[in-house]
Amino acid sequence: MAENKKVIVKVKRQAAPTDRPHWEEFELTWRPHMNVIICLRDIAERPITRDGQKTTPVTFDSNCLEEVCGSCAMVINGKARMACSALVDHFDQPIRIEPMTKFPVIRDLAVDRNVMFQNLKRVKAWIPIDGTYDMGEGPKMAAEAQEKAYPLSRCITCGICLEVCPQINSRSNFVGAAIISQVRLFNMHPTGAMNSHERLEAISGPGGVQDCANAQNCVHACPKSIPLTESIAQVNRDAIRQSLAGWLFG
Amino acid sequence: MRQPKIIVVGGGLAGLMATIKVAEAGVPVELFSIVPVKRSHSVCAQGGINAAKNTKGEGDSTWQHFDDTIYGGDFLANQAPVKRMCEAAPGIIDLLDRMGVMFNRTPEGNLDYRRFGGTLFNRTAFAGATTGQQLLYALDEQVRRFEAEGKVTKYEGWTFLSAVLDDAGVCRGICAMDLKTMEVKTFPGDAAIFCTGGNGAIFGRSTNSVVCTGMAQSALFQRGVDYANGEFIQVHPTAIPGEDKLRLMSESARGEGGRVWVSKTPNDSRTPNSIPVNERFYFLEEWYPKYGNLVPRDVATRAIHKVVFEMKLGVGGHQAVYLDVSHIPREILDRKLEGILEIYEKFLGVDPHVEPMMVFPGVHYTMGGIWVDNDTQATNVPGIYAAGECEYQYHGANRLGANSLVSCIYGGMVAGPASVKYGRSLDKGCESVPSSIFEREQKRQQGMNEALISQQGEENPITLWKEMGDWMTEHVTVTRKNAGIERADAKIQELQERFKKMNLSDRTKWSNQTLSFARELHGMLILARVITLGALARNESRGAHFKPDFPERNDADWLKTTRAKWTNGKIQLTYEHVDTSLIPPRARRYDAVK
Repeated sequence: MAENKKVIVKVKRQAAPTDRPHWEEFELTWRPHMNVIICLRDIAERPITRDGQKTTPVTFDSNCLEEVCGSCAMVINGKARMACSALVDHFDQPIRIEPMTKFPVIRDLAVDRNVMFQNLKRVKAWIPIDGTYDMGEGPKMAAEAQEKAYPLSRCITCGICLEVCPQINSRSNFVGAAIISQVRLFNMHPTGAMNSHERLEAISGPGGVQDCANAQNCVHACPKSIPLTESIAQVNRDAIRQSLAGWLFG
Repeated sequence: MRQPKIIVVGGGLAGLMATIKVAEAGVPVELFSIVPVKRSHSVCAQGGINAAKNTKGEGDSTWQHFDDTIYGGDFLANQAPVKRMCEAAPGIIDLLDRMGVMFNRTPEGNLDYRRFGGTLFNRTAFAGATTGQQLLYALDEQVRRFEAEGKVTKYEGWTFLSAVLDDAGVCRGICAMDLKTMEVKTFPGDAAIFCTGGNGAIFGRSTNSVVCTGMAQSALFQRGVDYANGEFIQVHPTAIPGEDKLRLMSESARGEGGRVWVSKTPNDSRTPNSIPVNERFYFLEEWYPKYGNLVPRDVATRAIHKVVFEMKLGVGGHQAVYLDVSHIPREILDRKLEGILEIYEKFLGVDPHVEPMMVFPGVHYTMGGIWVDNDTQATNVPGIYAAGECEYQYHGANRLGANSLVSCIYGGMVAGPASVKYGRSLDKGCESVPSSIFEREQKRQQGMNEALISQQGEENPITLWKEMGDWMTEHVTVTRKNAGIERADAKIQELQERFKKMNLSDRTKWSNQTLSFARELHGMLILARVITLGALARNESRGAHFKPDFPERNDADWLKTTRAKWTNGKIQLTYEHVDTSLIPPRARRYDAVK
C-alpha cells in the first residue's frame, strides 16, 4: 500500500554553535522520487516529532537542488553527500541525517564552510587578467587540454572531500583536496601558468599539499567525480620541483 | 573629489560583473548575498552564452543576433538596448575566455559554438553543459581577487530587506538581515545595484534555485520602484518533473541533435526503445520543419501541452514527452552534455545515453522585472539600479536560450559604471544623511520581524507557499484564461489574509530560516499579484503570454510595456510605448520562413 508507506528519519539537532546536539525522529509520508530535501521540507511544514513533540523546523543549507551549487552537503547514514541527490529509496531506514563534522555547526545541519573560500584566496585561485576592457580573445588552448581542465573546474566547494579526509582535524590546518585541485586548474591555464610559482608557494609549507597522507577518501567521496588524487600528485610534484629548484639555484 | 560607496545586492553573474566594474574603477563595493556568491543560481545555467562571432562561415552578425532576439521576444523589448547588448556580446565572450572559462574548443584550439533555440546560426559558446557554473566561477574568482586586495567587502549570508530612502525619495543605502544572528542592520551607500535574479518560487516548483523568490524586487516595488512586464514568465519545454524542483534539461540537448517525440499511439505502454521509428511522432520537426526541435521555448512548450492535453499523447498517458539523445555518439554526449545527462541519471536512475528522457515543461525564467531606463540600468528611484534577470529590459515577451548569461553580464557591465558616475555626481553623499533616516528603516524592519515572530494562528508558511504555487502554475503560466486568472488573484488575496494567521513554529533568534522564509513569502504574494493582474489585463497573445480567447498578437492595443506602480499600498498598472525604431514589427511565425 504505497499511500501508507512511511519514511523514518532521524535528524541531529543543535540549536546553536555551543549547544549540545541531540537526535529527533520523524515519521513522514513516502512519495516517489523523494529525496532528503523533501524530507526536511515536510518537517518544516509539520514540525512534530515521531513521539508527538512540537519542535522547530530544521535549519539546513540548500539552493540549486541539482548538485551544482554545493550548498546541501551533510552526513546521511554515516556518509558525507549532497542531500538533494540523496534519494530516500536508496537508504536504509531510519535515515540518519547529521551535519558535517569538520566544519563549525551554525545550527542543526548548517555548517560554516567559509574556510574554503578563504583558502581559495590564499592560493590565488584566479587568472590575473589585466582588466575587463576589450583586449581581444584569450589564449588558444588544445581541445585535449580543455577536456583535462574542465572536470577540475566543476568543483562545487561542497566540502565533502574535507569531511572524509583523515588529515583534517582540530590539530591540523590542511587545506584539503578541493583547494589543491584548484591550484592545478589555474596552473594548467596558459595565462594562469605565468603565476604558477605563486600558487605553488602558497600551497607548500604548513597545511599545504605535503600534509596529504594519501588516504584517497576524497576521490571516492567527491560528488562530481573530480580526479582529486591526480591533482594532489601533480601539485605535489610541481611544488617539490619548485622548492628543489629554489634550494639548488636560489 | 568625494569617493562614492556602492552597494551590490546579489552575487550571481550580474551582481559579480557589476562588482568587478565598480571595483575596477577604484570605488569600494559592499556585496550582499543570501548564499555564498559561488552558490548563486547562475550555476544552474547549462547550455551556453550567445555571441555572433560567425566562426563557422554562416554569415552571422550582431545584427542577426539582435533580430533573432527581438523577433523571439515578439517585439516587446525596447530595441536600442538589445542592439547594444548583442554588439557587446563578442567582447564579453573574449573577456570570459581571458578569465579562464574552460569553454569547449575546436581542433584548432578556438572556442566552439553550437546552435540554440530561435536561431539558425551556431552562435552559442559553451563549457560542457555547465556553462553558467563556469561563468559564475570565473567572475567569482575575479571578485575574490578584488576582495583580497581590500576593494570588495562581502556580506554573504545576509538577506536584503528594504531600501533606505531619504525624505526626498533618494536611495541612501539598504537595510539587511544577517541570516545567522538575525541582526537587522542598515548600510549607507550612494547607490545600490540590485541583481537578485528571477522569481520562480512564486510558482512553487520551477527550475529556479531556492533563493529565487523575487523578495528583493517585491520589497523595492513596495518602496516605489516600478515593475515592468511582470506577466511574462518563461516556461521551459524540457525539465524533469520533481516535487522539490523541476530540474532543467538544457536546450543544448536539442542543439546537439536531441529530438522530442511521443508515440503515435495514445497510452502506449511499450518502453521507448521498443517503439519503432515510424510509430513515433516527432511533432516539433513535423510542425516546424525549418527550426525543428529548436523553436523558441514558448512555441515548444505550447506544442508539448497540445500533444499532452489536447491530443492525449503524453508518454504512457502521463504528463511527459521524450527528449531523446540516445542516437548521438557517446563520445559527443560526454564531451558536450555530460553535466545534464549526469543530473538525469542521478535523479531518475535511467541512463539517457541509451534510453530517451521523460520531460515536461516547467517555469524557468522571469522576462519581466524591475523597470529600468534604457541607458544606465537605473530605476525610477534615484540611486537604485538593477541588472540581470531581476530587471525587464532585454528579452521582451520571450527569452531566447543562451541570451540570459549575456544579458546578465552586459547589464552588470552597464550598471556598475553608471552607478559610479551617479555616485560621483552627488553633491552630498550618504554620510551626510541624518542617522535618523537609517534608524527609522531599521526599526520598521525589526518591527516586521517581531510582529511575525509573535503572531498567533494555525497557518504554516510552507503550506501557504505551496497553495500559491499550485494556483499560479495552473492559471498563470502556459495557457491563461481570464476567469482562471481572476480566481487565482482572489486566491492570492485569501492567502494574504491567511498570512496574518501564520504561526512561525520557530520563534528563536538564531539562524531562523522560518522567519526569513516568511519574509520572502510576504514579498512573493505581492509580486504574484503584479504578475496576475498584468496577465489579466493583457488581452492578446504575445511570446510566452498565451490566451486562447485572444489567440493573436494585437499590436494596435498591446504593443506596450506594462509598468506596475505601487500607489498608496495598491498595485496600479500603467503602460508605456515600446521602441521599435530599428526593426519594424512583423508576424512571428516559426512554422514559416522568418
